[in-house]
Order: sequence, then structure tokens, then C-alpha cells
Amino acid sequence: MQKNKIEASGGRGSNQTFKSVPVTIQVNGRKFTCDVEPWTTLLDLLREKFELTGTKKGCDHGQCGACTVLIDGKRVNSCLTLAVMKDGAEVTTIEGLEREGILHPIQKAFIDQDAFQCGYCTPGQICSAVGLLSEGHAKTDDEIREEMSGNLCRCGAYPNILAAVKQVLQEKKVSP
Amino acid sequence: MNPFQFERSSSSSEAILRMGKNSRAKFIGGGTNLIDLMKEGVESSDFLLDVNHVGMNEVLELPGGRIRIGASVTNSDAAYSGLVEERFPLLRDAILAGASPQLRNMATCGGNLLQRTRCYYFYDLATACNKRENGSGCDAIAGNNRIHALFGASDACIAVHPSDMCVALATLNAEIHVLGPNGPRVIRIADFHRLPGNDPTRDNTLSRDELIIAIELPPSPLNHHYHYAKVRDRSSYAFALISAAVGMNLEAGKIQSASIAMGGVAHKPWRDSRAEKLLIGKRPEIRVFRDFSEAFFKSARGLGHNNFKIELGKRTLVRALEEASLK
Ligand SMILES: Cc1cc2nc3c(=O)[nH]c(=O)nc-3n(C[C@H](O)[C@H](O)[C@H](O)COP(=O)(O)OP(=O)(O)OC[C@H]3O[C@@H](n4cnc5c(N)ncnc54)[C@H](O)[C@@H]3O)c2cc1C
Ligand code: SF4
Ligand code: FES
Ligand code: FES
Repeated sequence: MQKNKIEASGGRGSNQTFKSVPVTIQVNGRKFTCDVEPWTTLLDLLREKFELTGTKKGCDHGQCGACTVLIDGKRVNSCLTLAVMKDGAEVTTIEGLEREGILHPIQKAFIDQDAFQCGYCTPGQICSAVGLLSEGHAKTDDEIREEMSGNLCRCGAYPNILAAVKQVLQEKKVSP
Repeated sequence: MNPFQFERSSSSSEAILRMGKNSRAKFIGGGTNLIDLMKEGVESSDFLLDVNHVGMNEVLELPGGRIRIGASVTNSDAAYSGLVEERFPLLRDAILAGASPQLRNMATCGGNLLQRTRCYYFYDLATACNKRENGSGCDAIAGNNRIHALFGASDACIAVHPSDMCVALATLNAEIHVLGPNGPRVIRIADFHRLPGNDPTRDNTLSRDELIIAIELPPSPLNHHYHYAKVRDRSSYAFALISAAVGMNLEAGKIQSASIAMGGVAHKPWRDSRAEKLLIGKRPEIRVFRDFSEAFFKSARGLGHNNFKIELGKRTLVRALEEASLK
């Protein structure tokens, strides 16, 4: 029971009239079916119920990007996403990017370019960069900066994050 | 967030029926504004109706060069749709100047029209705000009013509408198609948002139980000489202090027609059709643009902290007109 208690509803007490609803979400290729309270955000569901704590909570208001995940391939802020609204969706978090022990090229580039310091913003930065690559709108440095602007880094690792995204764009150009 | 019931609507008429049955129900699109405000306790509801699956998610070409953007099309999908990029690049640029890529992937065009002000006091339950609770007062008037209105404010509220998309929609004379219990109706963008007057709780002229179905854009000659200028406190991922959506039609070196709306200056995207007339028949020159911006800002009233926005606004207008004319 304790484990099912979602933070978003914490402290509000009784809510007998508000039923939980069954939701099926595929996370990193694994199917999860569970009952969620409608006011549970996807971020809280991932962290508190599925114990996937790689996705971080920074501001909880769409202002920092730490909670970025991919839903059906698109980057979104999971803190402003209601889990019930994503019934049937496919979610990819930082935990799901690596394949059989091989890092996603963006993960590798973040290490190569030293693109993090404390690491708190990093899962969000990486998921956002994966989204950026598949969208394909950013090519120049300024375009990459603009397209990564939804992710704040309190440590200011921005130049290295830019370098990491560029590394993967270069690699893609060489071997499409 | 307060607890609530949730339902996914499968048709627009069903959504409207459901809405009529519960006066505390609310529609939800991308949730990027509503969920944020519910977390703050500024908005509350006991029943959210998801209107993302009722068949309003396409950008369509209509006869006569019009296009129709469904209310649940995301801001990203609208901006990058071929029809918008090709015929209404001003709208694309305005949408892409807003929020972040993640938020634009979630936010819907219907929700964007209805996003609420970013006035700090509106968000802060410890302060007085007539928009939250009419009659409680407005702490912004004698408080920090740096981001507040220059035009059309009232003694009750001095907030501005924060949307970038809506500024371009105003320039492009968009129509908002809505469906209510009494059937469909069309609201011109100029009549969609309202001034605060003595009821700041109402941002627009939509009824609570009306659903936005689509945004329609009439064919526009403004797809060549256009510019969206946005000035903000940081270079991205911030709301506009001032913005200008400008389009003009140039022939034989003269301005044939011009359409100009500003954001960050009023409770709604602000246009001045009298000032616009000053541009007709003139050459696209700095001097002409300066005269225009003086006329546009003639009735502007600063509140103290936001006085700088008058000069900033004039210069932004001149810059946007210049960029548009040189394109
Ligand atoms: C950190 C941050 C930064 C931002 N920066 C910018 C910026 O720079 N520029 C900018 O323009 N915007 C910005 N935004 C705001 C963003 O654009 C809006 O939150 C978004 O467009 C709202 O759309 P939505 O679909 O998420 O709306 P929702 O939150 O789902 O809904 C908003 C309102 O509209 C109602 N609604 C939704 N759909 C319909 C419909 N079809 N018919 C009737 N009612 C409906 C809901 O009931 C609710 O009242 C920012 C937001 C955040 C969180
Ligand atoms: S300006 Fe409007 S929104 Fe801001 S505190 Fe005053 S009444 Fe509220
Ligand atoms: S935690 Fe979601 S954007 Fe900050
Ligand atoms: S690495 Fe510390 S916040 Fe980005």
C-alpha cells in the first residue's frame, strides 16, 4: 500500500469518490498495467510506482526539462503529463536507451565530451537530445542551442552538451 | 493537485454534453497550462475531459486557399506542417518562438488560445488577484508591474496575454471555430480574447461549455514579407516582454497592405488598424516605420516598472517592419 501512494495525491487524504483507473503503458519495451489515480503525473508514476528513478524531478512545472522522456518517440515533460492520458502509449526513459550493454550514441557522446557535472539534468538532456535528433530540425550550433533550450543545466555544462549533440550529428553524417 | 475524475471523450458532441452536466468539469488538451495551474491551486476541477481523441488532430487544406488547424493539433505539428510552413510562415515562426520543444510537442492549438496570464500575482495564492477571485483586488497595480499591460488595462486588472501563437493569429485574421450546446459558431480572433474591464476572471468570449474545434486561416498575401520579433529576458524558453507579428504586401516598392499585432502589451493581442493605414502607399523606409510605431504607441500608458516597454515596443516594431520589408 505504502508503495502505491503517489506523491501527487499525498496529504490530501480521503478521495473515495475519485476512482483509480486501469492504465497500460509500455515503458522501455516492458508492459506495465496498473491502477492510477487520475491526478498522478507520468513522472510520479515512473519514479514512485515503477521505481524508474532515472527520470528526475526538477521544478515539477515544465520549466527545467529534467523530467524529459520520450512518448511514442517524441520528447515531452513528464511532470505536466497525466499518466491516465497516456494509456496505450510507449514511453522511453533514460533507462531504456542502452541496448544489450551498448550505450545509445548520445549517451556515449555525453561521456566523450564530458557533458555533465552533477548529472541531475543529464537524463533529461539525453532524452531531449534523442528527440532533437529524430526531429531533424537542428543543424547549426545556434539551432542546436535553441532546440536544447528546454533543458536547463544548473552546473552550466552547456558548451559540452552542445559538443555532445554535435558529435552525434557528425557521426550520423558520416554513417547514416 | 486536487483529486478529480477523468474521462477520455470520443466525440466532440459527447464532450459538450458531459460538460453541460458538471459545472466544475474542464476540458484538457496538452495539460501544460491546466496541470501547472492545478498544481499551484490556481485552477481546480473535479472532472477532466480529455478532448485529444475526438477527431480534431489534422491540418487540412480547404477550398479557396484556406487552411484549418484542428484544436488538438500540437504546437509542433502545426508549426512544421507543410501547409503552415508554406502559406503562413509567420505563424510557424511565432509558434516556434514559444515555450520549449518538449512543451510544444504537448501543447495543443486549442489550449494555446486559452492559456492564462503569467502575472506573478495570479500564480501566488497569498496575494490579491481579481483574475483568480474577482473583488479581491489587484496586487500588481501597486506592486511589481514590469511585465504588465500598456494598452487596454482596467482598474481591476493589468495582466497581459502571454501567447506567441495568438499574436500571429491576430495578424493573420484567424477565425476560431467552436461548438457548443447550441451548435457551432465562428469567432474572429479580434473578438476572441477580451479586455479585463470589471471582470478579469474572463480572458475570452468563449462560454465554459463551448469546445474549440479548429483555427481557420483565410488566404493571406503576407507570406513573403513577414517577421515575428520576440524580446525576452533570456534568449530562449521565456515569455515575451514584447513581441510583434508583422506582415506586409509590397508592390512596386510601396506598401499595399500591412497587418501588425503586438504581444506582451495587453490582455489580448493588440492591433491598431488606424495606425496600420499610415503605412499604405508608403515606401518601406525606417522613417515611415518610426512614424508608424509612434502612432501605434500613442495611447500606451506605463505603470511604473513597465515604462521601459514603451520604448522597447517602438523599437521592436521598427525592427520587425524592417526585417519584414527586407525579406
Ligand atoms: C515553462 C513554460 C514556458 C512557456 N513558454 C511559452 C512561451 O514562451 N510562449 C507561449 O506562447 N506559450 C508558452 N507556454 C505556454 C504554452 O504555450 C501553453 O501552456 C500551451 O499552449 C497550452 O496548451 P495545452 O494544450 O497544454 O492546454 P491545456 O493546459 O490542456 O489547457 C489550457 C486551457 O484550455 C482549455 N482547453 C484545452 N483545449 C480546449 C478546447 N479544444 N476547447 C476548449 N477549451 C480547451 C482547458 O480547459 C484549459 O482551461 C509556456 C508554458 C510553460 C509551462
Ligand atoms: S494584473 Fe490581473 S492577473 Fe495580475 S494580480 Fe492584477 S488582477 Fe490578478
Ligand atoms: S521537472 Fe518537469 S520540467 Fe522541471
Ligand atoms: S550537470 Fe548539474 S545540472 Fe546539469
